[in-house]
Amino acid sequence: MTRPGIQTANFWGGVLTVATVLAAVLWAFPLYWGVISSLKPEDEVVRPYIELWPENLTFDHYLTALTTTQIGNWYLNSVAVAVGVTVITIVTSMLCGYALSQLQFPGRTALWWLILASFMVPTQALIINHFVLVSQLGLINTWAGIMLPQLIHPVIIIVYKQFFDQVPKDFREAAVMDNAGEFGILFKIYLPMNWGVTTALAIVTFIWTWNAFLWPFLSVTRTEMMTMPVGITQVNDAFGVYYARQLAAAVLAGLPVAVAYLLFQRKVTEAITLSAGIKG
Amino acid sequence: MLTNRRKDALVAAVLVAPFLAIYLLVFVWPTIQMFGISFTDAPLIGDGDWVGTENYERLPKDPRFRTAAWNTAYFVLLTVLPGTIIALLIGLSISRLKGRLQSVILALFFLPYILPVSVVYLIWDWVLNFQFGILMHILDLLGMDRIPIMKTRDWFMPAVAIVTIWWTAGFSILLFLAGLRAIPVEIYEAAALDNAGRWTTFRRITWPLLWPVTSLVFTIQLIAQLKIFDQVYLFSQGGRPNDNMVLVYYVFQRAFQQDQGGRAAAVAVTLFVLVVVVSVLQFQLLRLAGGRR
Repeated sequence: MTRPGIQTANFWGGVLTVATVLAAVLWAFPLYWGVISSLKPEDEVVRPYIELWPENLTFDHYLTALTTTQIGNWYLNSVAVAVGVTVITIVTSMLCGYALSQLQFPGRTALWWLILASFMVPTQALIINHFVLVSQLGLINTWAGIMLPQLIHPVIIIVYKQFFDQVPKDFREAAVMDNAGEFGILFKIYLPMNWGVTTALAIVTFIWTWNAFLWPFLSVTRTEMMTMPVGITQVNDAFGVYYARQLAAAVLAGLPVAVAYLLFQRKVTEAITLSAGIKG
Repeated sequence: MLTNRRKDALVAAVLVAPFLAIYLLVFVWPTIQMFGISFTDAPLIGDGDWVGTENYERLPKDPRFRTAAWNTAYFVLLTVLPGTIIALLIGLSISRLKGRLQSVILALFFLPYILPVSVVYLIWDWVLNFQFGILMHILDLLGMDRIPIMKTRDWFMPAVAIVTIWWTAGFSILLFLAGLRAIPVEIYEAAALDNAGRWTTFRRITWPLLWPVTSLVFTIQLIAQLKIFDQVYLFSQGGRPNDNMVLVYYVFQRAFQQDQGGRAAAVAVTLFVLVVVVSVLQFQLLRLAGGRR
């Protein structure tokens, strides 16, 4: 009775596994196709049939993209903005999350609701007034201007508060007995105990900021101040119809975040599920 | 005791101040200003005269606003439910796999999500290229006519929706996997002892226990897609932006291309209110669902 049942289950399980693998390969194929096209000479790219591997593999387009466009500047801008936003967001969120978790102070509940309410705010609706604000501050076409409206990720405060709430109270009481100040307690006990979540949150904040499009696109008008994701849409004009070169620029823009993900896969998935309110 | 509490409040003020300052500057102040200028005829930069509710009264009669509202709704329809279902199916398929195979397959499905939107745009623009795109070669092989997809009105939104689902599914898949992992194995073992089939197991155990995650994914997608701009803007380049108009695009066009800050703000307020209403409804629904458990 059970034997044929198990055998059919195995058979269909195998079919399902093969189907999943095929679907995954097909899903990722456009990525492969983009990368492989960037490694072909332009005349191979426009051949009227499908070639899954270049006949003459070449890195020339990367060289041209790096030397004839402002990609060097764009990389620098992206790195500066992403690092700046990550550091400022993580530090301010950690401090605020610690206060919410460990201290009693007037306005605590109000602040908590303010943070929860901010989830609803569509930042895309604020672009007009962000632009007005940043230009009044004279920060259009600057790193600070690109960074400013991106410095708020309320979810990071919430995650920190949850993690600080979970630290056993004994640690805090012992430290208070030793006359340690709040900053000492935070940086010597609470932060080291939560290094894991801190690095995870920092990595995804970096990725989010690196990938941001709308605001960096609006707040920069000079080509040399663009971030990578905005800049590569301009290569278009610079290159005319050099498809492979354009794809090489795209690969260069995606590479840092793709590598960050592949290196820190578990951290990234942990932080992303946490940011959606699910504990991993 | 009193001094202690005072000290606590002082320390808390110092800790909270940096966040609060940024919050007031880039969230609260722009929101107030947005409402303010939506009642004026201000340009993008500079002051304007009070015009009352004129900017709002114009909206229902404004054909481009109607296109934008309709396209946004259409885009939500095309992405939210299909995206949730596809992510659920992929999540279920991945959760069956074990060890290394599972993480490799997950990475393949997840990678697009990690990329900037403009990279996604360039890759798909190449795949769909009318002259040299691989999809056109495949259409040729199938003996079908080539389609200039992003330049064809009826194809534009569905195509952008497919690209968007491809790009963002990884996020929803992660949430589904976390939800599936949270279901205790014992329940499945008990079901296996009762000789429950695959479908019964799914319908009686997986689906109900996964429901909170499913509704979470659905609402996150819903709110995200109401705010669609990047993909539509990029794929419209050299095409028909006015036919492909969505709400955020319309805000952008009025404010940044036509220098009409006041009229743009009226559209922005509409979007703002829409997203807040949807978020509040979602919050209430999730609370109801939470209360039932």
